This record gives sequence, structure tokens and C-alpha cells, in this order.
Amino acid sequence: MDAPSGEAVNKRYRVKLENVFEGPMDLLVHLIKKAEVDIYDIPIAQITEQYLNYLEWMKQMNIDFAGDFVLMASTLTHIKSKMLLPAQEGEEEEDDPRLEITRPLLEYLRIKSAAEQLAERNLLGDKTFVRKPDNRLFDHIQDDQVIRIGLFELIDAFQSILDKVTPSHRVNLTRDRISVQERISQLTEILEDNESMTFDELFEECREKPDIIVTFLAILEMAKLNLIHIAQHVPTGIIRIFYQ
Amino acid sequence: MMDNDNHATMPEDLKYIIESLLFVSETPLTVEQIKKVLENVDTPTIKTAITQLAAEYEQRDGGFVLREIAGGYQFRTQERFNQWIKRLVKPSAPRISKAALETLAIIAYNQPIIRSDIEHIRGVDSGGVIRMLMERKLIRVLGRKEIPGRPLIYATTKHFLEVFELKDLKDLPTPKEIEELSQSRLEEEPEETENLAEASPPEPEAANTNDTAAGDSEKNVGYPEIQ
Repeated sequence: MDAPSGEAVNKRYRVKLENVFEGPMDLLVHLIKKAEVDIYDIPIAQITEQYLNYLEWMKQMNIDFAGDFVLMASTLTHIKSKMLLPAQEGEEEEDDPRLEITRPLLEYLRIKSAAEQLAERNLLGDKTFVRKPDNRLFDHIQDDQVIRIGLFELIDAFQSILDKVTPSHRVNLTRDRISVQERISQLTEILEDNESMTFDELFEECREKPDIIVTFLAILEMAKLNLIHIAQHVPTGIIRIFYQ
Repeated sequence: MMDNDNHATMPEDLKYIIESLLFVSETPLTVEQIKKVLENVDTPTIKTAITQLAAEYEQRDGGFVLREIAGGYQFRTQERFNQWIKRLVKPSAPRISKAALETLAIIAYNQPIIRSDIEHIRGVDSGGVIRMLMERKLIRVLGRKEIPGRPLIYATTKHFLEVFELKDLKDLPTPKEIEELSQSRLEEEPEETENLAEASPPEPEAANTNDTAAGDSEKNVGYPEIQ
């Protein structure tokens, strides 16, 4: 094959990845484990070189990598250069520059094994089951049946609640009795106790327009914050609010 | 009158009344809930009854046991029967990915926590994973932190405790325990399953023939009928 040298280099690369690295920390852990070195005594030059080689490899393979990887590369190089500098005279003995990377690495390793331990627990819906299998485990199945409703259905529902309000109640432009923020925390408390409520139920205690509007805004804000999700089985059916 | 009834039946029946409540309840039943039903029984008495029940189920070592979950008590099937149950109930939610578990661990151990702190530990963008964890109700938004940008604050949910079979957050292994556990796991790497019941369902016939002679027949009597 008389391909240009660049391509020849490409061809020599073989994919040896067992698992895709989640991020720079993951890659670093992999390199350190592979080198079988003590995390408190990382041979920074060796690891940095391997790390940079790896980034180079990713570039060659046209794998996009996030800036996080580059940032870590610069951190490593920075530590490496610090290690090369002779300790300055007269200065207090400084911390090992490698601590900059050792500390977060230890934290990351701790989290990693915490995650492994979580995975080994008796997971509900996998290892252990309850008498009534939790519907929330089957969310993706339910989703097929539930029609996600749009803004207009929500507004229609709002309109029908407004219609129920006695006309004698005029809109008066005084300030809010209750802020949207306050209403959100009230609704959160209600929903925490009930898990799911109908749209109408949430308006039951609102007798006046400002209350209704604040409640409606609170529901919208909560949906935006992902605190709740809103579902309706059939286009004209009851709208239910579920607390996450 | 009801009080008299209660008192008369209390010693023997209390345990079974609680058992019936636990059986009916769809979510982990708390001592407070039981107390509300029983009206004038104090907490220690209820707790003693529950402990006794749990011990009985534990000793029976049958299909299910009584576990303390998310601040309450709930019947849960034993792990070794999970393959059978999975034949009956619909496939459960997809496995939680490694990235999601890591993120969840960070939130569980550091809550309340904002996204940038999560990403600081993981070293990668975690927006997608966080959204997924929210959708699966394993984490929730507690509010916003009053710093520039007003980032959302995350914490784990009660559902998280239910899924991971935890009594409460304190039930999570401590950092020290994590270290010890992962250490010991490294040492005993090639570990073989000695629990035959864990074998996948297609094999039980073989398991059964082996076990009729074995001492632990208790655990496997169920198989012939199921087959």
C-alpha cells in the first residue's frame, strides 16, 4: 500500500477501547490503573504523556472530545512543569503539585465505587419486587398511552376554571395576596402528600381570580422546573398533575 | 368500645393487625401511619411487633421478607427469585447507566448540590444524565441557589430510597465502608455463585435433581411446581 504516510499512521491505530471514557477523569483513572501505580505517587511525566497520546489518538480517529479533556491535559502539563522546577530557596516547603490532581482523583474514585455499590444493591424492579409493581418503574410503557398535552389544552382547562368563578368577582388590581413562589411551595406540599392530583383539584381552594392566576402560573413554573409532569389520557379527559 | 376491643386483642393480634396493614399498603408503611390506624398503641410496641414480624419472615426464608425502606416497612421478594418474577411482570425500566449511577452517587452523598458541583467531580457535562435521573424520579429539584445564575439545587427522592432498598440516607455506606468494600472485592475477584437458586430459569430442572439430596432443599422445593 503506497498510501501517504499520514494515512499509514492512521492504519496502524487499532481500536483497543474496552469502554468509552466518560470524561477526562475516567480516562485518567484508566491510565493510572493500567500503569499500576500508587495514586499518591503518580509518575506524572509518564501519565501525562500517555494522556496526551490518547488525545492525539482521538484526534486521529476523528472522535470529538469535549474541552474538558483539553483542560485536564493542560492541568497535567502544568503539574509536570512544576515538578521539574527546583524548589525555590527561602520558600516554605510547598505541597506536592500533584495534589492538584490527586485530590479530585480520590474524590472521583470514591464516587465511582459508591456508584458500583449502588448498582449492587437489591434494585427494585430488577432484584427485588413489591406486591404491586411500582408503576413508575414502567414509565416508558405508560408513556405510550398517555397523551402529553399542549399549552392550549392547559389554557382551555384554565378557562373552564375561570368560567366557574362567579362573575361577581371582578378583577381588582391589588397586589398579589400570595406570590407564585409561595404558591409553588404550597402546591409542592400538597403534591408531596398526594403524589398526583387533578388539575381542577389544585384550584379548589382558589376562590378569586388572582389566586387562580397565581396557581396557574405556579403550575407552569413547576412544569418548567420539572417538578411536576402533566398528563391527560384522552383529549377531553381529566388533566392530572404528577409530582416527580 | 373500640378501645376495649383493642386492649383485649392487643397482645396476640397486634402483630397480625400490623401484618395485614403491611400487606395491603402499596408503599412502605410508616410507624406513624400504623399509629394512626391503631390509635392508642405507642411507638415502641409497634416497633417491637414489626421487628418480630420481620424476624419471622427472615426465619421462614420464603418468597418475600419484610424490609425497612424509605422510612417505612414493606414486603419485598427475595433476590434469588428475581428471574422467575421477571417472567411474570413486564420488563422493568432500562438499566441505570454507569454515568447515571456516578451522578446519582454524587448527588446522594453531597446533596443538596448544584449541577456545576456535580460536573466538577465528574469532570464532564452532566445535563443529560441529570435530566434522565429527574425523569426516573430518582432525583428532584429542591429549589434554586441564590448565587449568580440561580442554579437549580438537586437532591435524591424518596423513590431513590425505594429503588435502592435504603432505610434512609444514613443507610448509604459511609466513605470508609465504601473503601473497605471495594478493597475486599478486589481481593476476591473470581467469585462463583454458590447460590443455585440464582441460576436462570431454564436450568431449574437440573438444579432440582441435584438438590433433592442436598441439605438446602428448602430453598428449591418450589421448582418442580413452577416447571
